[in-house]
Amino acid sequence: MADPSSLVFASIRELAGLLRRGEVTARELAEAHLRQIERVDPSVGAYLTVVADRALAQAGAADEQLRRLRQEPRSQTASSPSGLQSSAGGPELLLGIPWACKDVLCTAGVRTTCGSKMLEQFVPPYSATAVRRLDERGAVMLGKVNMDEFAMGSSTENSALGVTRNPWDLSRVPGGSSGGSAAAVAAGEAVFSLGSDTGGSVRLPAAYCGVVGLKPTYGSVSRYGLIAFASSLDQVGPLARTVEDAALVYEAIAGHDPLDSTSAPRPPEPVLRTLEEGVKGLRLGLSPDYFGEGLDGEVREAVMGAVRRLEREGAQIVEVRIPHLAYALPVYYIIAPSEASSNLARYDGVRYGLRVPGDDIVQQFSKTRREGFGPEVKRRIMLGTYALSAGYYEAFYLKAQKVRTLIRRDFEAAFARVDALITPVAPTVAFRMGEKVEDPLQMYLTDIYTLSVNLAGLPGVSVPCGFSSQGLPIGLQVIGPAFGEPQILRVARAVEETSGVRGARPRVAVGDAR
Amino acid sequence: MPAQATAQAQAAPSVPPGWEAVIGLEIHVELATESKIYCGCSTRFGAPPNTQVCPVCLGLPGSLPVLNEKAVEYAVRAGLALHCRIAPYAKFDRKNYFYPDLPKAYQISQYDLPLCRDGYLEVEVGGRTRRVGIIRVHLEEETGKLVHSTATIAGSRYSLVDYNRSGVPLIEIVTQPDLRTPEEARLFLEELRSVMQYLGVSDVKMEEGSLRCDANISLRRPGETRLGTKTEVKNINSLRAVERALRYEAYRQAAVLEDGGRIVQETRGWDEASGTTIPMRSKETVQDYRYFPEPDIPPLALDEAYVERVRQSLPELPAARRRRLMEQWQLPAYDAWVICQHPALAGFFEQAASRWKDGKTVSNWVMGEVLRILGASGEEPGVLAGRPEWVEHLVEVLRLVSAGRISANVGKEVLEESFKSGRAPEEIVRARGLEQVGDEAQLLAWVRQAIEANPDAVASYRAGKAQAAGFLVGQVMKLSKGKANPKTVGELMRRELGEPGTSSS
Repeated sequence: MADPSSLVFASIRELAGLLRRGEVTARELAEAHLRQIERVDPSVGAYLTVVADRALAQAGAADEQLRRLRQEPRSQTASSPSGLQSSAGGPELLLGIPWACKDVLCTAGVRTTCGSKMLEQFVPPYSATAVRRLDERGAVMLGKVNMDEFAMGSSTENSALGVTRNPWDLSRVPGGSSGGSAAAVAAGEAVFSLGSDTGGSVRLPAAYCGVVGLKPTYGSVSRYGLIAFASSLDQVGPLARTVEDAALVYEAIAGHDPLDSTSAPRPPEPVLRTLEEGVKGLRLGLSPDYFGEGLDGEVREAVMGAVRRLEREGAQIVEVRIPHLAYALPVYYIIAPSEASSNLARYDGVRYGLRVPGDDIVQQFSKTRREGFGPEVKRRIMLGTYALSAGYYEAFYLKAQKVRTLIRRDFEAAFARVDALITPVAPTVAFRMGEKVEDPLQMYLTDIYTLSVNLAGLPGVSVPCGFSSQGLPIGLQVIGPAFGEPQILRVARAVEETSGVRGARPRVAVGDAR
Repeated sequence: MPAQATAQAQAAPSVPPGWEAVIGLEIHVELATESKIYCGCSTRFGAPPNTQVCPVCLGLPGSLPVLNEKAVEYAVRAGLALHCRIAPYAKFDRKNYFYPDLPKAYQISQYDLPLCRDGYLEVEVGGRTRRVGIIRVHLEEETGKLVHSTATIAGSRYSLVDYNRSGVPLIEIVTQPDLRTPEEARLFLEELRSVMQYLGVSDVKMEEGSLRCDANISLRRPGETRLGTKTEVKNINSLRAVERALRYEAYRQAAVLEDGGRIVQETRGWDEASGTTIPMRSKETVQDYRYFPEPDIPPLALDEAYVERVRQSLPELPAARRRRLMEQWQLPAYDAWVICQHPALAGFFEQAASRWKDGKTVSNWVMGEVLRILGASGEEPGVLAGRPEWVEHLVEVLRLVSAGRISANVGKEVLEESFKSGRAPEEIVRARGLEQVGDEAQLLAWVRQAIEANPDAVASYRAGKAQAAGFLVGQVMKLSKGKANPKTVGELMRRELGEPGTSSS
């Protein structure tokens, strides 16, 4: 059997090779990860629910399938040096690979809390489409990971059910809202994870935790079973250790879903095929709108350093403008809470989840919601309810939608000139826990570079590009036009290749790994 | 006061003298699709509670709506039949409010861009055609149903919710305030119900809730153009109740106004038992539904070709059919109206009439006997569509009656039996020996038997009471078990008794 510490830090492709060749079993792989969770999660706190028995059962089924695969004659196609059938496409590699699921995605028979007291005991009778697709590929779900309550937040400090820490520095936040998803991957507690991104919730924690996070084009991954925060912005995305792994998971979960009317009626973008093509000849946009006031010097340097390397690789750097970018934050904080106020109205204690009895039905509604929701969720429900109220709708919600259209057009104009945009992910590296909790506006500014991507429905990927002087990961964001996943992943792959940060592991995760 | 107002309203004209009523209706029609509007669950009525539910219609976290194309088509059908413009671009909106029967705490409805708008429906009122404007027809979802432990939510220890109905597609039809009397409102609703039946988009059963109506009513003096303060009447659960509730409300409002009072804008519930309306909630705090575009359903773009295809598929509607039947079969307007109320009834009539020379006779039998037989067995006219053999039965009965082989009364009995048993009328007549007796010797024997048995009647006949002969003829019919030819019996009776008032002894 392979060295356990390398097992929990290997990539999907590496592990798939070991599994196909029989050098490790899916069960051993699952057990190695369950041990790693036992070892590091008390300090990291990524998991809310670990489903060891279920994972081992899934792993057993995967081993069965792997055994059959190995017995099949290899005559049709020559086996690749790694022992993989060359016919095996990307998603097939997920067979037996352990992963972690953000607790915002419904998992049949496994409690799905959304980081809220409201749903602490909620066990959905069905699985999200993205989860189902991973199940079908034979991936092994280890458990459900922590998040800001109902995906509202940028630090995972808003979870009602636990604290998640940044594996690179336990005094710092992992970012949010998919903080558990990012921390689990960074700490070797899962090979990859799924998160959800409404305003940067996959990309930001990926950047803070030094992993890759992809927010796909709106409509390219089904939202069915994703507990809604803001329906027109939410998108499911993978977090992984490498760009290739993220691409692989993306290919497995993307594609039309008849259960989601907003799901794009087109086949998923094949991204793996072109991943290694490099950036030679690509036109990459830099916008001064992303490099203004508030951007930390070290972050700027790390991003610009990566840009210079891409230029050396043959990319052409072009200056573009996103003139309405400055309005993205206020527009986002009208639209997202408005939709949230409506999406979260169903938590009333009538059918499932928390119920706090009252003297009459109205009292039961309000007591349930008073006790079930945390302060950030309440704040956004209030904001949204206000913005949608008669007399304010035109001034707030409708106006915000109009500006949203302007922002979308800015991007369209930019992408008429360039293949992808390069920006920072966040103004700073991971901040300290508690630092911004009392100041929601400061917290909201964390997402300033990511949320316009959601407003425009575009794909964006966060990829590590360096470290701060304190040894904290710095992320770089590549934004593409709608369904431009192939080119943004190509660019991200080139950044990964040239930055030399791949393979770095946080101390907490390896400390006593042996 | 209310009791007085009711009593007054029963006898008096439907709108109090000296006033004009302004009435608008909001009608909800449940569409008869196989599956729900945003998921694949069955819409069958009457299943055990919560057996036709899924994550989508329960609004479970993470579930998403997918629009049922059939529901859209049905709504477009209804809109076209009501002469509406069909929107080339329609969207869905969320109407947010909290209620235990509303699983998502919002209803996916349509707000500013409904599927259909600006139409009308013509109604015959007292021989005049009235055109009632349709403001809009929009598509939305049904809510669940609350079942309280006692009659009302307020007095209940607990309430249960049945979500089988949750997500059944509905259209809401909103009229202009063009109706002027409670009777007009009822006639409008009857016509609308017929139209929906003809279209096949709903079974429009008020008692099962698949047709529901709320009514707005205000009063003003004739000639005034300004509208008075209106009240909205809810819980109207039959066609008759529409008229009764509005009549009650018109008289109530008139009494308040004539006393120098002021109408409070409010929602009132119709209470069938007491025949009154009862305040439900004051409209002073208008509910803010916080409508906004439904982000989970992309806007709907209906191209002209689609709308045209639906238009081509529309059947002949009741008004046109009435006109045609009047012309083709020389039916009086009333007959045409009764027969055309239900498409199956009209179809039945047309099939029978085309096999029988005289449309009016067929219409008499359809309006009289066929409807009576259906009513007695609690059946809807809809069942006629599935009973082509009944047409044959009716025609055969008509043939037997017209040939004088059975009397009309026996014919009615035979028709009912043939409907129930499925046996041919001819066969029933033969088996039960119902053929009319025309044999004079037999008839005379019965006549004499009747005269002998009823000396009092004979005496009063002779004393000048001609109608006593009718009684005696009736006795003969009884003796013959209905088989005697009544015309012949009458003649024989007069021959035996002589002229009334003339003593023969």
